[in-house]
Amino acid sequence: MIMAQLLSLENWKRWLWTIVRLVLIVGLSFVILYPIIQKISTSIKDKADLYSPIVVFIPEHYTLDNFKQAIAIMDYWETLFNTFALTGTTTILTAVSCALAGYAFARLKFKGSNLLFAGVILTILVPPTTILIPIYMNLKDFTLMGLIPLLTGKSVNLLDSYWPFILTSITANSLKAGLYIFIFRQFFRGIPKEVEEAAYIDGAGVGSTFLRIMLPNAVPSIITVLLFSFVWQWNDSFFTTTYLTSSKVMSTQLSSLPYNLSILLEGGATTNKDPFFMSMVQDTGILLAILPLVILYLFVQRYFVESIERTGIVG
Amino acid sequence: MKPIIKFGFKPRTYGEQKALLGVLYVLPWLLGFLFFFLIPLIYSLQYSFSSIKANASGMSIEFIGFANYVEALTVNTSFNRTLTESIVNMVINVPLIVIFSLFLAVLLNQKFFGRAIARSIFFLPVILASGVIANLETSSLVQAINEQNATGGVFSTGTIEMAKIMVRSGVNEDVVFYLMDAVDRIYQIVSQSGVQILIFLAGIQTISPQLYEASKIEGATGYESFWKITFPMVSPLILVNVIYTIIDSFSRNNMTTLIKETGFTSFNFGLSSAMAWIYFLAIMIILLISTYFISKRVFYQE
Repeated sequence: MIMAQLLSLENWKRWLWTIVRLVLIVGLSFVILYPIIQKISTSIKDKADLYSPIVVFIPEHYTLDNFKQAIAIMDYWETLFNTFALTGTTTILTAVSCALAGYAFARLKFKGSNLLFAGVILTILVPPTTILIPIYMNLKDFTLMGLIPLLTGKSVNLLDSYWPFILTSITANSLKAGLYIFIFRQFFRGIPKEVEEAAYIDGAGVGSTFLRIMLPNAVPSIITVLLFSFVWQWNDSFFTTTYLTSSKVMSTQLSSLPYNLSILLEGGATTNKDPFFMSMVQDTGILLAILPLVILYLFVQRYFVESIERTGIVG
Repeated sequence: MKPIIKFGFKPRTYGEQKALLGVLYVLPWLLGFLFFFLIPLIYSLQYSFSSIKANASGMSIEFIGFANYVEALTVNTSFNRTLTESIVNMVINVPLIVIFSLFLAVLLNQKFFGRAIARSIFFLPVILASGVIANLETSSLVQAINEQNATGGVFSTGTIEMAKIMVRSGVNEDVVFYLMDAVDRIYQIVSQSGVQILIFLAGIQTISPQLYEASKIEGATGYESFWKITFPMVSPLILVNVIYTIIDSFSRNNMTTLIKETGFTSFNFGLSSAMAWIYFLAIMIILLISTYFISKRVFYQE
C-alpha cells in the first residue's frame, strides 16, 4: 500500500518534469525559430497583406515577387557562386594550415614552442578591431618585405580581391584561426602516443605519420573546424566589408541591399518608397542568404554534436 | 640502421628531426602571426600615439603622446557611452548566457521524445546569429512591428504581473529587475548560446555514468547529483565558456562599429586605434578578473 503510494508520487514527479521540460523546450525552440518563420511568411506575402490586420503568419495572397526582386537586386546566383568559392577556399586552406600548426604544437615540440603557443592564445584574445587598420594599410600597399617593389617597381593593392583571405588563411591567421589551432592541438594531444610510436617503429617518418596515421584519426576535429570555419566565414561581415568593397559576396551584398533597393525604387517605375515594402524585400534577402547554410546544416547537423564531443575541447 | 647523411648535415637524432619538422609545420602560422598579427599590433599601438595625415608623399606619422586617448575619453561624444554600454551589456549577458546554456545542456542531455530535433534547433543559432544577419535583423521593420504587436498584448503585462508577485513575496528588487531584463533579452541570449551549449553538452557526456549510478544507489536525488557531480565536473568548462562568450561579443557590438567608422568613414586612424586599445584593455581587465575568480573555484579531477 505504502509502496504503491510512493510509486505513484514518483510517477507524478516524473510526469510533471516531463511536461515542464516539454514546455520549456517547445517554448525556447519557438523563440529560436520565430524569426525564421517570420521571414518565410514575410517573403511569400503580397504587398496587400502587409497592412491587413487579419494576416499574421499565413498570407492571403501568395506571391513570389519578393524573391524575384531580392534575387535581381542581390544578383543572387553570381553572389552565391562567389561566396561559395571564397568561403570554400578559405575554409580548406585554414583547416590545412591550422591542422599543421596544431599538430606541431601538440607533438613536435621544439625550443620556444610553448611561447609561440602563448602567441596563439593572444590572437584569440585580441579583438580583430585593434589590428584592423594596420592590416588594411599593409594590404593596400602590399610589399612582402620589399620584395614586390623590387620585382615590379611598385607595391600592389590587394584590397578588393580575394588575396587577403587566401593569404591569411594559408598562414592560419584568418577569422578565429587561433581557436581552430587550439581545437586541433587539444585533439592531437588526446591521441595516445603509442599510436604514433608504433608508426615510427614501422619506419614512417614524421610527415607520413601525420598524414596517414594522425589525420585519419582526427576526422572529428577536422569536421568541427571545417564546419565552424565555413559558417563563420560565410556570415562574416567584419573582414568581408573591409577587404572587399565591390566584389559580390553574400555579406557585402546583404549589407548594401537596403541601399541598392532604395536606388532601384527611386529610379524605377514605382516611385513609392514604402519602408515596409523595403523591409519585406530585405527580409527576403536575408532568407536567401541563410538558405544555403540552413540546407547545409540539415545534412551536417548531427556532426556538430558528435564532433564537438570528440574534439577534446572539453578534455 | 646507418645514419643518413644528407647534403653534409650532421646526422640528427629523431628528437632533433621532430623539432625541425615542428618548426616547419608551425612556420606558415608563424609568418602569418608576424605579418598579420604582431606587426599590425605594434603599428596599431604606434598609431594610437600619433596623428596620421595623408599627403601627397604618402602618410606622415607624428608622435603626439596621449592626445588620442584624451580625445577618445573626453572629446568624442559617443565613445564613453558606447564603451560603457557594451561592457555593461557584456557583464549582464555573460552570466545569463553561461547559466542558460548549462541548464539547456543538462536538459538536452536527458532522454526524451524528439531530442534529436530539439538539439538541431538549439544549435541553429550557431549558424544564424552571427555577423551581418544579426545586424540586419535589428533593422527589420516588419519584425519590429510584429514584436510590438506581440509585446503590446499578453507578454508585457504578464511579465509585469510576475514582477509584482515576486517583489511582494519578498524577493530582492535588484534580482527581480535582473530576471525581468533576462526575459526581455531572451532572444539575444538564446541566439548567442549555441556554441556554449555544445561545449557544455560535450562536457556532460564525458562524465562517467558510474558516478551517477553510485550516487543513485546512495539515494541522491537528481537535484543533488546535479550540484554534487555535474556541476563540479563541468566547472572547468564554465571558465572556457565565460572566456568564449566574452570573445564572441567582439563581433557583434556597437564598439566595433564605432571603431570601424572612426577609422574608415572619418579616416581618423589615430583616434580609432586609441579607441581600439582602450577597448582591448577594458576587455583584458574583465577577462583577468573573471578568470581569477572562476579559476579559484574550478574543480579539476586530476
